[in-house]
Amino acid sequence: MKDPVDVLIIGAGASGAAVAWSLAETKMHILCLEQGGWMNPAEYPSTGRDWEAKFYGEWSSSPNVRGRPEDYPINDDNSPIKVVNYNAVGGSTVMYTAHWPRLHPSDFKVKTLDGVADDWPIDYDALTPFFEENDRIMGTSGLSGDPLSPLTHPPMPQQPMGLSGAIIGKAMNKLGWHWWPSDTTVATMDYEGRARCINLGHCTPACAQGAKSSTDITYWPHAIRAGVELRTHCRVREITTDENGMASGVVYYDKDGVEQFQPAHVVIIACNGVGTPRLLLNSASSRFPNGLANSSGLVGKNLMFHPYAQIYGYVKEPTDSNRAPPTCLWSKEWYDTDLSRGFVRGYGVQFVRGAGPVFEAVVSEQKGILPWGEDHHRVFRKLNGHRIGFSAICEDLPEERNRVTLDPVLKDSHGIPAPKIDYTISENSRKMMEHALARGREVLETAGATDICINSPIPWGGWHLLGTARMGTDPERSVVNEWGRSHDVKNLFIVDGSIFVTSGGVNPTSTIQALALYIADQMKQRLANLFD
Amino acid sequence: MSDQMTLTPRQRQDLRTIAAMIIPPSEEYRVPGADDEIIQADILATLGRDTRPVAAALDHLARLAGMALADLAPDARDGVVQQFRSSGGGAAATLVRVVLQCYYRDDRVLSSLGLELRAPFPKGHVLPDGDWSLLDPVRARPVSLRRAP
Repeated sequence: MKDPVDVLIIGAGASGAAVAWSLAETKMHILCLEQGGWMNPAEYPSTGRDWEAKFYGEWSSSPNVRGRPEDYPINDDNSPIKVVNYNAVGGSTVMYTAHWPRLHPSDFKVKTLDGVADDWPIDYDALTPFFEENDRIMGTSGLSGDPLSPLTHPPMPQQPMGLSGAIIGKAMNKLGWHWWPSDTTVATMDYEGRARCINLGHCTPACAQGAKSSTDITYWPHAIRAGVELRTHCRVREITTDENGMASGVVYYDKDGVEQFQPAHVVIIACNGVGTPRLLLNSASSRFPNGLANSSGLVGKNLMFHPYAQIYGYVKEPTDSNRAPPTCLWSKEWYDTDLSRGFVRGYGVQFVRGAGPVFEAVVSEQKGILPWGEDHHRVFRKLNGHRIGFSAICEDLPEERNRVTLDPVLKDSHGIPAPKIDYTISENSRKMMEHALARGREVLETAGATDICINSPIPWGGWHLLGTARMGTDPERSVVNEWGRSHDVKNLFIVDGSIFVTSGGVNPTSTIQALALYIADQMKQRLANLFD
Repeated sequence: MSDQMTLTPRQRQDLRTIAAMIIPPSEEYRVPGADDEIIQADILATLGRDTRPVAAALDHLARLAGMALADLAPDARDGVVQQFRSSGGGAAATLVRVVLQCYYRDDRVLSSLGLELRAPFPKGHVLPDGDWSLLDPVRARPVSLRRAP
């Protein structure tokens, strides 16, 4: 039998890396098990001429399409929004847009302010030092002073405005609406061993330059140097418990597919809002028949995605196309509740620079604006390199009917039951999406765009996996307490997006990592009585 | 059927025919059609995991046509292709996509579009920094961040 470790972290993505790095200073024996492997930037799509074609296969954002051995299948047939993720050291930070807004202070007090959902058990101010620390380690670029966003201090200047940004900015000014250069985790200058961005193109499917921050090149090198052990290609099947109802370790399959047991004094789950409930539900036992840490019955429930309402069009001027990171500007004009709009809460906007030629051709053909036959060439030249877009990230409110369960049939390559998603877009979200599309159309038309197209929701837009093991002070209404510890199992912690109480209207990774650092800090402060 | 399968001669013939219907050659833009020999070879060489749906789409096309698509009169071809596009589902979409993704990486096509013939890495691209005075009206707005009382 293996020697027990002090802390076992499951998952080496955004939150697992952050919590590992933070806890490393305790000099405890910390082990992280990750189902994926280390990435090789020399194999990233932008290193080849077929870079766009790869997005439809081995570099698809959908694990169901990718089907790499490191991936697990997800039954999302009963959801208009499909789950996208990445499984590797770095997790989905390998494959994300690097857009880096934070939740707003108001997002933590939704019940108090708007009478819906629940307040978080912590507030924005509790996370402020961890946002700052995380921004420094991940390496953010941006422009301080946005009047409608929380104050940030990015260590690097904002991305270039480019051609697309100027077109969008002028249109937003004409309309009198807020816009601002986005905070991103794209390095705009050499930073902490990372080379500056050279605009390889859309950086979502990994950055060969290393300019986009992913935790395999930020947190993990520091954590490993500090003594954290990271075992790759190890897929955890279940968390085991002892006679006292405490977590005793995990059963996992190693890189050779051999079942192993790793005992641990503390277990931390960092598997995202789908992987975490899947693991907890797969850890059911006679003592925990409904799944581990699930006395509330809320494990897997309250799944929030952020439905994306996207609208785009084509201007006469050339845009940045694929020749830059995809997002450069955001707007918070419609972030806060205004009941005259017909819905509660709001949405952030990320503006999109454009698309590459293959993507443009494929999508435009599907939309019916790029014809077959003689006129194909003329129309393609009108579209290609002329796209600008408006994507609203709509706040999804928690609803128990939106959930992750275990699929009764589907299993991964190790025979572990796969997750099943049941999700419906709420009426409030639909109204919000309609509002966003109308505002987006105004922006595009003001910019002179034609051939306007809509993706609402973006079908393969389930990037943000939130809410399925929510935090709270009431054990009957939450899965973990206000510092991430399971109400039921006192040496079990969750640090990923599943502990979100509400979703806000922005990309969540910055807040996920700040939460992970906050929980690690709480653990360090309580080491003497962590299980009391 | 595995991803190692290849298209039959009949399927290849129909692939070439429908590719030409999607993108015919253009003298005006000095580009080949998608039925060009080099582009067809690229499609066949890189089909990989798409082989199965593309073969299924071509079989569906053959059923609709009742014969090789190329053997149909041009007017009849258009009708069959309309049916194919409306009834072909995901397999038809995959077929169209693989034609487009190979066409729009062909050197002659990219040259015609004024695009460089290279991978994005390591050269990258240069972006204009832009005129940040455009932000002045936004900077002038009062700071407004909603908070709980």
